[in-house]
Amino acid sequence: MSKSAKKLGKLISLVSKRGFSTSSIQKDAADNGVKSLNLYSAINQALHIALDTDPRAYVFGEDVGFGGVFRCTTGLADRFGKNRVFNTPLCEQGIVGFGIGLAAMGNRAVAEIQFADYIFPAFDQIVNEAAKFRYRSGNQFNCGGLTIRTPYGAVGHGGHYHSQSPEAFFCHVPGIKVVIPRSPKEAKGLLLSCIRDPNPIVFFEPKWLYRLAVEEVPEDDYMLPLSEAEVIRPGSDITLVGWGAQLSIMEQACIDAEKEGISCELIDLKTLIPWDKETVEASVKKTGRLLISHEAPVTGGFGAEISASILERCFSRLEAPVARVCGLDTPFPLVFEPFYMPTKNKLHLFIYYNNNNNNNNNNNNNNYYYYYISLIN
Amino acid sequence: MALSRFASSQFGSNFLKPASFLLSSQRRRSISSSNETLTIETSIPFTSHNCDAPSRSVETSSSELMSFFNDMVLMRRMEIAADSLYKAKLIRGFCHLYDGQEAVAVGMEASINSKDCVITAYRDHCTFLSRGGTLFEIFSELMGRSGGCSKGKGGSMHFYRKVGGFYGGHGIVGAQVPLGVGLAFGQKYCKDPNVTFSLYGDGAANQGQLFEALNIAALWDLPAILVCENNHYGMGTAEWRSAKSPAYYKRGDYAPGLKVDGMDVLAVKQACKFAKEHALKNGPIILEMDTYRYHGHSMSDPGSTYRTRDEISGVRQERDPIERVRKLVLAHDISTEKELKDIEKEARKQVDEAIAKAKESEMPDPSDLFTNVYVKGLGVEAYGADRKELKATLP
Repeated sequence: MSKSAKKLGKLISLVSKRGFSTSSIQKDAADNGVKSLNLYSAINQALHIALDTDPRAYVFGEDVGFGGVFRCTTGLADRFGKNRVFNTPLCEQGIVGFGIGLAAMGNRAVAEIQFADYIFPAFDQIVNEAAKFRYRSGNQFNCGGLTIRTPYGAVGHGGHYHSQSPEAFFCHVPGIKVVIPRSPKEAKGLLLSCIRDPNPIVFFEPKWLYRLAVEEVPEDDYMLPLSEAEVIRPGSDITLVGWGAQLSIMEQACIDAEKEGISCELIDLKTLIPWDKETVEASVKKTGRLLISHEAPVTGGFGAEISASILERCFSRLEAPVARVCGLDTPFPLVFEPFYMPTKNKLHLFIYYNNNNNNNNNNNNNNYYYYYISLIN
Repeated sequence: MALSRFASSQFGSNFLKPASFLLSSQRRRSISSSNETLTIETSIPFTSHNCDAPSRSVETSSSELMSFFNDMVLMRRMEIAADSLYKAKLIRGFCHLYDGQEAVAVGMEASINSKDCVITAYRDHCTFLSRGGTLFEIFSELMGRSGGCSKGKGGSMHFYRKVGGFYGGHGIVGAQVPLGVGLAFGQKYCKDPNVTFSLYGDGAANQGQLFEALNIAALWDLPAILVCENNHYGMGTAEWRSAKSPAYYKRGDYAPGLKVDGMDVLAVKQACKFAKEHALKNGPIILEMDTYRYHGHSMSDPGSTYRTRDEISGVRQERDPIERVRKLVLAHDISTEKELKDIEKEARKQVDEAIAKAKESEMPDPSDLFTNVYVKGLGVEAYGADRKELKATLP
């Protein structure tokens, strides 16, 4: 452990020198086993622990031997050797299929797909091979040790093939779990849970936050429960549900709404399937309103599933239609990214409108509509 | 020849300059000598798999050599300018540069015509230029302006030019190769005397879909030419780390292949001519172009962590495609060092002018966000929180 800690220290000082992080890394490096880390360093720490605690754990993917394009796997090959941490050719279908086989032998296979946009060649392996292995073999075989890590989401200038959020495709597949962390601390705990969970998991990492998000992360080996949502900001007027990088946008909208006297309850879903309906349900029963937000296009996004489920459970308690503030129904654009994204202003508008739609003033409504259109135009 | 042949009429006043400049410099010698056939040996022999290699003696002319020089210099300058624009944050998105590999695009263009199809991956700037695109369209597209070849909606990785038979600019590694086989079927079905060149890298050579595509092409004798631009690194992984057999020209097994010095524009020209003839008669063939990229994989890759700086400078000194043509031109007394320097200056000027003009091109209208998703427009509906009250359809 000490060796890895030293390496991490080196890594962190490198980060602060480059000035990627806003907060003061290392200043708070306290003795109580908590350290300021950004998200990719937290992932790196989790992978170190996973490999350290389980001699049958492996990490592989395109360029991971050199640390990966986002530096998440830095130092792993040096520490654990090239037999356990290795580069693969550029063949996503092969990577995941290989991972399924490796996991079927009782190993923990941590596969990296370099960008979530590249996961589609492996879609068949994930949907038809990984998800159904246990079911169709009558529990003789499984690939529960498989965890597929992949960075998703916008970065401000990624364009069509480096920005997509494909989580909803995988939420339609019983047999796998889909997990998305919102911060470094969450990422470390959730990733360790995923690697050790006896089910195949697709773990989406918010690449926008790799360097931006900095948080106090416990140095020790800890796990956070899957399929448990968390109320990260209690409130009484409206419930907001999101995951991953979008939560930081939603939190800002909550702060703005508070200034106008609207109290928002913000929930991090964390695990998309199987998801924690109870926490969301309890919250909506309290607030009577629900807003869901994600970067993926609104149609067929996972927000639709949450909306439908909550409508079934809370119909009589809802005081306004469930709102979805999501990406638009277009391919992820290059120059139009600011219009496409579910921004703070869009969220704010919906929160405000949602809480003021009881007075049935049509003129007013239309004004909001035009305001909304002006935002996306 | 490629660029001068295709020089667009729209921006012709600027981009015809090199051609006229070139002619005037040659006119001073004698016009007859510029069209005289020169026979030049390729740098090294071709290596073949399941076929007889073409001759090492390549027929060319002094005007062709000059156009090769001109085109490659322009490409080199363009890519270096794109590098600066990216660093100045004027180019967003991802950007993959072609410098070092220019001979492949230029040599290929010299032996095909605009009815032949070319499809490539995301390192597509120079291929687009060689297929007749203009610098203005390139820089506009790079900077996301409406004057770009994809109206600013594609960016660096998504250049297309239908009139030049350039089917683009694809973002996913290896995904364009099966598409190329489909294009080739279209050509064969229409009995066109044309072929499709599907370009991919050594990294993509390990994708399963390449083999699916090759099997289809061979099964139906399609005029599909698979061109592996082997720059020896798939992103940051050296070929020998990711490929059991880095002899990509042999990877087709039943399909013949040819290994070509991709840094020698004349060898590329000869190989593509040979491949076109072969494919029209016998079906698919694989060309492995042994080439090298000077830049990293993309702009976030400095390109020096997985290979030594000595290796890069060694290639620059010994195999550079532009320097090779420069030597040939001087050795055959086709032009003088000063004239070649002037061509380089002219290229720099053209690039700077195109950038200035592209910067003035407008950003696409925001309503374009919703166009081209479906044929008649998606009819995207934007909702307010109360869907009944606030439903409306955007253009």
